Amino acid sequence: MAIPNAQATTFNDKVVRQFAIMTVVWGVVGMLVGVIVASQLAWPELNFGISFLSFGRLRPLHTNAVIFAFGGCALFATSYYCVQRTCQVRLISDKLAAFTFWGWQIIILLAAVTLPLGYTTGKEYAELEWPIDILITLVWVAYAIVFFGTIGIRKVRHIYVANWFFGAMILAVALLHLGNSAEMPASLMKSYSAYSGVQDAMVQWWYGHNAVGFFLTAGFLGMVYYFIPKQAGRPVYSYRLSVVHFWALIFTYMWAGPHHLHYTALPDWTQSIGMVFSLILLAPSWGGMINGIMTLSGAWHKLRDDPILRFLIVSLSFYGMSTFEGPMMSIKTVNALSHYTDWTVGHVHSGALGWVGMVTMGSMYYLIPRLFGRTQMFSVKAIEIHFYMATIGIVLYIAALWIAGVMQGLMWRSMNADGTLTYTFVESVKASYPFYVLRVIGGLLYLVGMIIMLWNTIKTAVAGRSVNVTIPTAVAHA
Amino acid sequence: MDILYLLVPLSVVLVFFIIGGIWWAIHSGQFDDIDKEGERILKD
Repeated sequence: MAIPNAQATTFNDKVVRQFAIMTVVWGVVGMLVGVIVASQLAWPELNFGISFLSFGRLRPLHTNAVIFAFGGCALFATSYYCVQRTCQVRLISDKLAAFTFWGWQIIILLAAVTLPLGYTTGKEYAELEWPIDILITLVWVAYAIVFFGTIGIRKVRHIYVANWFFGAMILAVALLHLGNSAEMPASLMKSYSAYSGVQDAMVQWWYGHNAVGFFLTAGFLGMVYYFIPKQAGRPVYSYRLSVVHFWALIFTYMWAGPHHLHYTALPDWTQSIGMVFSLILLAPSWGGMINGIMTLSGAWHKLRDDPILRFLIVSLSFYGMSTFEGPMMSIKTVNALSHYTDWTVGHVHSGALGWVGMVTMGSMYYLIPRLFGRTQMFSVKAIEIHFYMATIGIVLYIAALWIAGVMQGLMWRSMNADGTLTYTFVESVKASYPFYVLRVIGGLLYLVGMIIMLWNTIKTAVAGRSVNVTIPTAVAHA
Repeated sequence: MDILYLLVPLSVVLVFFIIGGIWWAIHSGQFDDIDKEGERILKD
């Protein structure tokens, strides 16, 4: 069968451009909803008594928007760009690639309508009801065909390490989505999970933790291994280590999920296995983090005047921090204090804002000007301002929730001599109030930084033009 | 905990697939000249 795109002379940057723009747009939307729900925690009357605006409905909208709309579009954009450049070939099918873009946007819009209306499966990070789940499956299969098909017609024999990370993400997410979304429809917008009780909880956190591990980690490590070397103009510190990082990470990640269910009805030994694998994960995570940061070894001065590199390197420091904090929190004795407190929320956001958010922003600042035939964003100064606003915002956010979380944990377990609880629950809520306000301020800074990025992106797009980049012909086909 | 009869074998099957993947990568020569692969992406 002849594949026309195998002989194409230009890259398919149209779909990359579309996904890149939507990454920034959904970033603003998702983070805005985040600031709203954070404000509702400090000032509950901000739901105005309207059911569509209540915390329980907006919170899944926030998580879906930042993870699957912002993060998802970023993964599509960067993986499509990286696989074409490193394989020196156009995406295998323009039509299927376009289908993944429009399909993914429709899924996001459906989520934005159904979640505030209260349609939910009740499964965290998998709230969307069954018709949308089917649509996700179709789009994801098309994504897999486009990505792996493109690797299949590659003109470079070696498959670059970033593509392994993107590929593992695509396969693992397919498996997780099918496993966790097994459900019996009862009506058009209502279904029941195929599993019940603690079985359902186990499947849910097998899914939930691996969604973090593959969607939010492996995919974004693909960005690290492509965009940091490109932006720094230097090869990754140790290519060998990057290969070891990949295989070690995917071998161990699948088993860590039970740490979300410590001290529940889940058998003790299952909890302990989850904890042990979580601790093992520290090794590949830090190997990768050090490898990424050391890519700048001998060129540290570049951090001084390149805000894009600063985004990328700071994101790796947050990756290192949260992959240290995570295994620590999975230790049962630590978890006894931290679980169900805002410490967990702080941990998630040091990963989400610090790692996923900043590596995405750095990669987009590299990508967007090139997609519009320019070498730089419209305003480099604005990237700089964005960087400082984002960094200060994250630090405020996670520091506030560290304090609030540890305080809540200590207050809840504190007992009087006669065995009664020292504090009522509402006393811990009251004590958390100043930190909730601080969290809103941190989130607001992060959001304003993102709005600056949107302005910068629009200016760059308007000043540039959509270009069709020619595939270099002089590449040695080793 | 019947679910473990599904999840554990599934993870084991997955590990076999991963072993298959690394086996293919090694024996098809993906890592034969690994030192220059990091440099190559800088040239396009």
